[in-house]
Amino acid sequence: MSERFPAYDVLAKRRTPSWNETTRRVIDQRLAIPREPRFFAEDEFQTLDAICARIIPQGRARPPVPLAAMVDAKLFNRIEDGYRDHRIPPAGVAWKCALHAINEEARRLKSAPFSALDTVDQDEMLQRCQNGTLTSASWKGMDCALLFMKRLLPDIVSAYYSHPTAWSEIGFGGPASPRGYVRMDFDRRDPWEAAEAKPGRERQAAKENVRVG
Amino acid sequence: MFALDDPQQAARGKDGRAPDVFRIGGWMPMREFGESEEVDFAIVGTGAGGGTLSCRLAEAGFSVVAFDAGAWWRPLEDFASDETHQHKLFWTDDRVCDGADPLVLGANNSGRSVGGSTVHFAMVSLRFRPEWFKARTCLGYGADWPIDWREMWDYYDEVERALKIAGPVRYPWGPRRPRYPYRPHELNAAALVLARGAEAMGIAWAPTPLATVSAPRGDSPPCVYRGFCVSGCSTNAKQSALITWIPRAVKAGAEIRDLAMVGRIECGGERVAGVHYFREGRWRFQKARNVVVAGYAIETPRLLLNSATPRHPAGLGNSSGLLGKNLMVQANQAVYGLMDEEVRWYKGPPSLALTEHWNYEDNKDFFGGYCYMSQGPLPVAWSNIVAGARGLWGKALLREMENYNHQVGLKIVGEVLPDERNRVTVIDEKDRFGLPLPRVTFSYGDNDKRLIAHSLEFMRQSLEAANARDLWDQTDDTCHLNGTARMGADRRDSVVNSDGRSWDIPNLWICDGSVFPTVGGVNPSLTIQALACRTADRIKALAARGEL
Repeated sequence: MSERFPAYDVLAKRRTPSWNETTRRVIDQRLAIPREPRFFAEDEFQTLDAICARIIPQGRARPPVPLAAMVDAKLFNRIEDGYRDHRIPPAGVAWKCALHAINEEARRLKSAPFSALDTVDQDEMLQRCQNGTLTSASWKGMDCALLFMKRLLPDIVSAYYSHPTAWSEIGFGGPASPRGYVRMDFDRRDPWEAAEAKPGRERQAAKENVRVG
Repeated sequence: MFALDDPQQAARGKDGRAPDVFRIGGWMPMREFGESEEVDFAIVGTGAGGGTLSCRLAEAGFSVVAFDAGAWWRPLEDFASDETHQHKLFWTDDRVCDGADPLVLGANNSGRSVGGSTVHFAMVSLRFRPEWFKARTCLGYGADWPIDWREMWDYYDEVERALKIAGPVRYPWGPRRPRYPYRPHELNAAALVLARGAEAMGIAWAPTPLATVSAPRGDSPPCVYRGFCVSGCSTNAKQSALITWIPRAVKAGAEIRDLAMVGRIECGGERVAGVHYFREGRWRFQKARNVVVAGYAIETPRLLLNSATPRHPAGLGNSSGLLGKNLMVQANQAVYGLMDEEVRWYKGPPSLALTEHWNYEDNKDFFGGYCYMSQGPLPVAWSNIVAGARGLWGKALLREMENYNHQVGLKIVGEVLPDERNRVTVIDEKDRFGLPLPRVTFSYGDNDKRLIAHSLEFMRQSLEAANARDLWDQTDDTCHLNGTARMGADRRDSVVNSDGRSWDIPNLWICDGSVFPTVGGVNPSLTIQALACRTADRIKALAARGEL
């Protein structure tokens, strides 16, 4: 992963006017999320964890975001979406069905559970799921492509980009309350925003980013 | 310093007081009515329709109790600066979506708060094109409104002044209008890209008229360009119903009941008698001389359908058979691309510039119109657009997301034509209150698809002209919900008359986007509020003549 925003850590702004008390409390809770599954069974959780690692491959530069735990928490806490596509069952049922089906397909096609496959095979399985070419009875008649695009991908991606680690990675300013922003034009940044590493000026950007606050 | 009460668990509007939305832990006095006391108006919903109407009716001296299923927030203490947490502002109860293009609900189109969806709306405050009020007669599609545009022009004026809309001195489209009360907001880089593109294409553009103040107003500070507008404004710069019409309503003597889910309207014979609502652990009943439904285009028909009686077996006010039909969303497609410059589109309100060119130009291959606006989605929303529209995951997704600060986009609010097959019905499955769930059926029509194709092509050219590269389309998004209880001049082809009054039941009214016969190519909130002001004046006039 290239480091577009070297040394930028959005959490350094936690004690600045960009974060009010309510925001601190909410983000603290997200960072303290329990790592053990509460909604999924252990084997389901293992498959989920392996899928998350392919949807969002995380480098070693920062502590990994516990994506499987975040998806588990969403289902455990019954955070609803506000609609149900008639082709897809409710979130919890859809997730369990998808995890079992992917695992069974992996055993059938690759002779091992999904989590034991190498990353090339895992990616191939997920690609086939996305393309709609997994059609065994384990899907219980559901369209695997629809489940992948409407349930699996959004839930995992939403979990990752709700995490400060992802905000730092993409140079997002993060929480902004009560302090907002002043410089609105092209190529302008407030001192409390991430500096982007332009080719040959990475050290300059890192220096600026250490001062963000 | 922070209240320990959770407004989603414990009602705040009770015991003769209401939360003061401008002060942490603050309260203001509120009049209380007894449940057996027959109030003049029970209003279901407190958003752009119900919030506005509650205020105007209370100020006219009527006794008003308004109900909202959602919480009564104090933004300064309850709103985190966080996309995910602020999902609490959305209506997230289950709705079953089908049709050829099943809708995505719950975020940008459904609110659950005192103040309704205006608590998380993007603040875009646009007037209809005058001809849209006679779309059938003047433009050859849809249906005519039973209201003259010149009358609406005066009510638009009232709402723009009430919300201190920030906008340009001269608006480039449509008949003359007064200058906007507050100066326009500074444009961010994302908006400047829209302007560049429009100028290259030879069409007009403007700073978007927005309901967030550009200078101090009472207890509202000027907008500080946090960019979290669609997750709720934590500074109270946004002029939502929650901080404008609702406090005015309470001061004028209205009572607002939060965490109060209305499940059924009581209708013994030819008139309605009040509402059954669930609050604080049990079902209750409020007597009322008039009931106004203002729950937006899904909950409004749902409540009326769920209130069916032997005398009104197809739902209250449904002798036309049109209740729930003609559901109109608006098309919400976009083109995105990359700029060489840093844009940082997360700063400022998300849609600071717009063009209504294709709302006012009729030389095109489809009916209706669209506007398009600059964009500024925050990371969770943006990652879902990238993953959803392009199917990206793995390293490809992470690489794409790293371009976040260089991204720009143009997105339409496009007119969808009324079609009786697009509709809200109720199914056997029950929600947590034991109420039948709504089913929402939607498919784009051929005209809608032509409009979308036209807009994507035009926005693509415009972004290219503004030097954006690596362009791609988001083809599947929708916004806003209207049209399931249309108003009209004839009881055979409409649910309510021009006053929002049921043709069948004279003391039953509807006041929200449900009554729109057509939706136009602009965001509906200003029109809903203008209609609510008009309805209030009509009720006043009818009452004075003894015709209520």
